[in-house]
Amino acid sequence: MRKGTQFNIRAYLINHARVLLGSLGHLTRQPMSTAMTTAVIAIALTLPAGLYLALNNISGLSESWDSSTKISLFLHTSVTETQAQALVKKLQLHNEIDHVSLISREQGLEQFKQLSGFGSALQFLDNNPLPVVLVVQPIVDPKRPNQIQHLLKELESDKLVELAQLDMQWVKRLYALLEIAHRVIWAIGSLLGLAVLLIVGNTIRLDIQNRRAEIEVSKLIGASNAFIRRPFLYTGFWYGLSGGILAWLLTSLSLSLLAEPVEKLALLYHSDFQLSGLSAGDITNLLAASCGLGLLGSWLAVGRHLDEIEPS
Amino acid sequence: MIHFDNVSKRYPGGYEALSQVSFRLPRGKMAYLTGHSGAGKSTLLKLIALIERPSRGQIILDGVNLNHISNRNVPYIRRNIGIIFQNHHLLYDRPVFDNIAMPLVIQGYRHKEIQRRVRAALDQVGLLKKEKSDPITLSGGEQQRVGIARAIVHKPALLLADEPTGNLDPELSLEIMQLFERFNQVGTSVLIASHDLDLIQHMGAQALSLKDGRVVEDEITPGETTAGAA
Repeated sequence: MRKGTQFNIRAYLINHARVLLGSLGHLTRQPMSTAMTTAVIAIALTLPAGLYLALNNISGLSESWDSSTKISLFLHTSVTETQAQALVKKLQLHNEIDHVSLISREQGLEQFKQLSGFGSALQFLDNNPLPVVLVVQPIVDPKRPNQIQHLLKELESDKLVELAQLDMQWVKRLYALLEIAHRVIWAIGSLLGLAVLLIVGNTIRLDIQNRRAEIEVSKLIGASNAFIRRPFLYTGFWYGLSGGILAWLLTSLSLSLLAEPVEKLALLYHSDFQLSGLSAGDITNLLAASCGLGLLGSWLAVGRHLDEIEPS
Repeated sequence: MIHFDNVSKRYPGGYEALSQVSFRLPRGKMAYLTGHSGAGKSTLLKLIALIERPSRGQIILDGVNLNHISNRNVPYIRRNIGIIFQNHHLLYDRPVFDNIAMPLVIQGYRHKEIQRRVRAALDQVGLLKKEKSDPITLSGGEQQRVGIARAIVHKPALLLADEPTGNLDPELSLEIMQLFERFNQVGTSVLIASHDLDLIQHMGAQALSLKDGRVVEDEITPGETTAGAA
């Protein structure tokens, strides 16, 4: 008619601000049910967040294990002990090598006897079949992952060396395991995200039913669908945000409870490892995800149930 | 203001609530809609407020053909109509002030403007001291007046009332009708559905009478004195 059909940006902004605070007020007027819903959302979010954090810490730990990477140099059997000593001295000067230790043929045989269980069988051999082995501890620069491979090639090219072997197999296995764990966390996280969606959706559905009279009257006096939808969407947003913040607090609390025993354990392994918490980026992601899930959940509920209510 | 052109409303199941109703309510006029219950009074009001859609015919409201209004735009039509119900339709979870402020909130008025207009509306219905009361604590007549204040607070061009005095004693009913008269005097078009013929006669306003969904007496369309059943 004469007025109102045109879009009024000021009225739009006033409405949004009003509803943002109004829906928060609505939630605080029923503290018990709000707290329960928030807690359920928070727990559903804390689980994947905690698993993610655990995985992150293990990954960090395995990085520090890289420093214990060793290269074993198996020399030709013809190489004598003195030639090997000379090679050790030469390698000590290499600027990518921390230190080198020598395992003589006799020491090697002794270790093999002890560890392999073939001790008695070895007595039947005429001579010692084992070569001299040099154990090289490289200086690892985490920023240059290919550096060790280069060093490996360089060492292998020495004519005294028959075989250079990098003891990294187990690190690779660990990474493969971590990769699997990563997927598992994504699967759990997705399922629990879906749970948050359903929790918010159901809470909003009940809210819509409780406010049926208000919705009917609002429609009768000229409220647009967007106007009626808005408080429910903001309610979903508040649920998501408060659930996300509580999940963050719960994660931090669990972490601080674990920090001391983990430090003790690390000390027993002569490590200065410390648990790392959620980074600013992680927290932003957590809150963005929880707000997004809250909004989406309420959006779905509102879309399904609001059209059913028409004045008659 | 309102122009019905051969409007029929048939509900699913075949019941015809209105049959070929035609009339015109000039702008600024006050009129009654009479007839027994079941004559189609409520249906007629619902068609104007777009709560129902006609099966046939056209309704022109303030120059706008309501058949051309999509569901999306229905709210903007309703914002220019004040509707009063027999059972008030008040919200009991908030005080009188918030009930009356609803149409203004929906249209995004500023807080100060809302306060000014709500107080003015409360003053007009004589409930200035009740703004903080809960509607449930008010008498039937007072609740009805809150409903009226909510219907007029945004100064609509048209006021529709469906049996506004249905639950009130004659003295209170007269008061309510006189209130409508006052709104009419400042230019608002008013259409009141009521079966209380004594009261209508007392008020002396013109009426449109319905019987079984048909117009049996039309005193409001200009140039039409007593058009019998079409």
